[in-house]
Amino acid sequence: MKHMTESTWIRWLLICLALLFLGLFLILPLVAVFMEAFKQGTEMFVAAIIDEETFAAVKLTLLVALVSVPLNVTFGVAAAWAIAKFSFRGKNVLLTLIDLPFAVSPVIAGLIFVLLFGSQGIAYPWLDAHDIKIIFAVPGIILATTFVTFPFVARELIPIMEAQGKDEEEAAVSLGASGWKTFFRVTLPNVKWGLLYGVILCNARAMGEFGAVSVVSGHIRGMTNTLPLHVEILYNEYQFAAAFSVATLLAALALVTLILKSVIEWKTQRKEELS
Amino acid sequence: MSIEVVNITKSYKNFTALHNVSLRIPEGELVALLGPSGSGKTTLLRLIAGLEQPEEGAILFHGEDNTNRDVRERQVGFVFQHYALFRHMTIFDNIAFGLTVRNRKTRPTKQEIKERVHSLLRLVQLDGLAHRYPSQLSGGQRQRVALARALAVEPKFLLLDEPFGALDTKVRQELRRWLRHLHEKLGLTILFVTHDQEEAMELADQVVVMNEGRVEQVGSPEEIYNHPANPFVYSFLGRVNLFRGRVRDGKVRLGEAEFETESENLRGGEWPAVGYMRPHDVEIALSAQDSQFVQAQVQHISLLGPIIRLDLKWLDTGELFEAELTRQRFCELDPQEKSTVYVKLNNLSFYVETPQEKTPLPAFIPIQASF
Repeated sequence: MKHMTESTWIRWLLICLALLFLGLFLILPLVAVFMEAFKQGTEMFVAAIIDEETFAAVKLTLLVALVSVPLNVTFGVAAAWAIAKFSFRGKNVLLTLIDLPFAVSPVIAGLIFVLLFGSQGIAYPWLDAHDIKIIFAVPGIILATTFVTFPFVARELIPIMEAQGKDEEEAAVSLGASGWKTFFRVTLPNVKWGLLYGVILCNARAMGEFGAVSVVSGHIRGMTNTLPLHVEILYNEYQFAAAFSVATLLAALALVTLILKSVIEWKTQRKEELS
Repeated sequence: MSIEVVNITKSYKNFTALHNVSLRIPEGELVALLGPSGSGKTTLLRLIAGLEQPEEGAILFHGEDNTNRDVRERQVGFVFQHYALFRHMTIFDNIAFGLTVRNRKTRPTKQEIKERVHSLLRLVQLDGLAHRYPSQLSGGQRQRVALARALAVEPKFLLLDEPFGALDTKVRQELRRWLRHLHEKLGLTILFVTHDQEEAMELADQVVVMNEGRVEQVGSPEEIYNHPANPFVYSFLGRVNLFRGRVRDGKVRLGEAEFETESENLRGGEWPAVGYMRPHDVEIALSAQDSQFVQAQVQHISLLGPIIRLDLKWLDTGELFEAELTRQRFCELDPQEKSTVYVKLNNLSFYVETPQEKTPLPAFIPIQASF
């Protein structure tokens, strides 16, 4: 099909444009982050990484991800199952609601929680009476992160589950399998790659979230600072080398995520080729 | 085990899938649910399996009420139209599934499961494929795995939804023969859904013809073909010619031809009637053999292989109809397009719409007609 192929120079032009764009907006900044981080030598880099406050930020970031990712996995799988395998009233409303966190700006998401639980908030008198702190504390950060990363797993699973239909589940049930056994032996294995993909994206966003967390955290060093917030503070204090060193941790996370994502994509593709 | 369906009604959002359906399927029989798409046959099958719940009516297995019983407890072997094999499991695990999900008390030992699966694999002639995945099998092989999986739990009977629908003609014919053989070997009650009348006629002991959520007729393939209860059954079971006329004083006139009816209750009065006739019952000759032959013009000749189809025009009334001839008879006659031949309409069945005051719904009374 000769007429379908562009001439060689157009092909090269398009490839070069794409590569140039990638280099300018992705590779160059990434290289810059690492360059800046090591500018004042490896010692400075190591010092910034093993700093106590950095360590606290890493710990908090991991804690937040550790709580919000499983929460969203549970919610996402349940929502996707309900939406894909059953028909009920309000299904479209639920679908729209799942997308809500993507539609709202993260800053607004943070503000919602401040308005609810902050010192001027509706729930504040009750929380204060019971000595529960949410805003400017870890629970607020977890809430905001969970809200922002809410759609990743569900959005990843719904189309897969819908495409697979409910024949296999019906077959399992007709063979005598209970609801749990049907879910764990039939439904879950069928979506495992999609689920893992969703989890990775969800995790990356949970660790990297800035806007919503910034509003609710209060930036208390060593207490409510996550990694992205810590980078900002260091940068604002003109500790450029330290800021970039900590940023390399986030960049490394992004790279690991990308690699995992490609591995999973490659695996699923191979599976599809087999079937 | 016998299945009894009593006055079942089932409706979805905006249409009624089944209207007050009753049916009895005797033990050990191979029964076909035959009907066009949307006739409610798959819904009926799913209701019997317990995958759907009826609004009204009851479902009995061997006289025992199963209407409110869960699918899991009904012990029914269900084979889905697209097989619904577990795609991430090997063929072995697929077949063993119904046994391995049992709770510890009723679950057979690993060795027993292994033996059962291998004997089933032999039964469906797939030994040696135990470690393949469903995606590595052909359509016909997948169908047989689905059957083996359903049989593994020793069901009371088998329900098959369009079992050969997704297969090509050759494989379909092989599998039909194989299923017939399997039925003879196991003696299990089997109920299957099909929209293919040839499949129903070839396989089933009993055929249940369904249309628009109702059972139109139940009978052996011979019965429903030779004595269709109504025009729907007549036209669904094969190609058909329609002749419109009127009954007057117990006689039907179609052009020059006149048909006598035997039915007493059609004397006195006049009603519209429709004559139904199979194309292979049209007798063709080059000259009038007796007074019952009428003239027709050959419009078109289609060479279909073993049979030849002629499109004919009844010169008298201008009505178009078809005739089917064997190749041998066609060669003897050697008719040309646009030539005139003599035809005799054998086995013409008339269905009459009875007067409104007698029955509220238009009912059809078949009447035998002869010259």
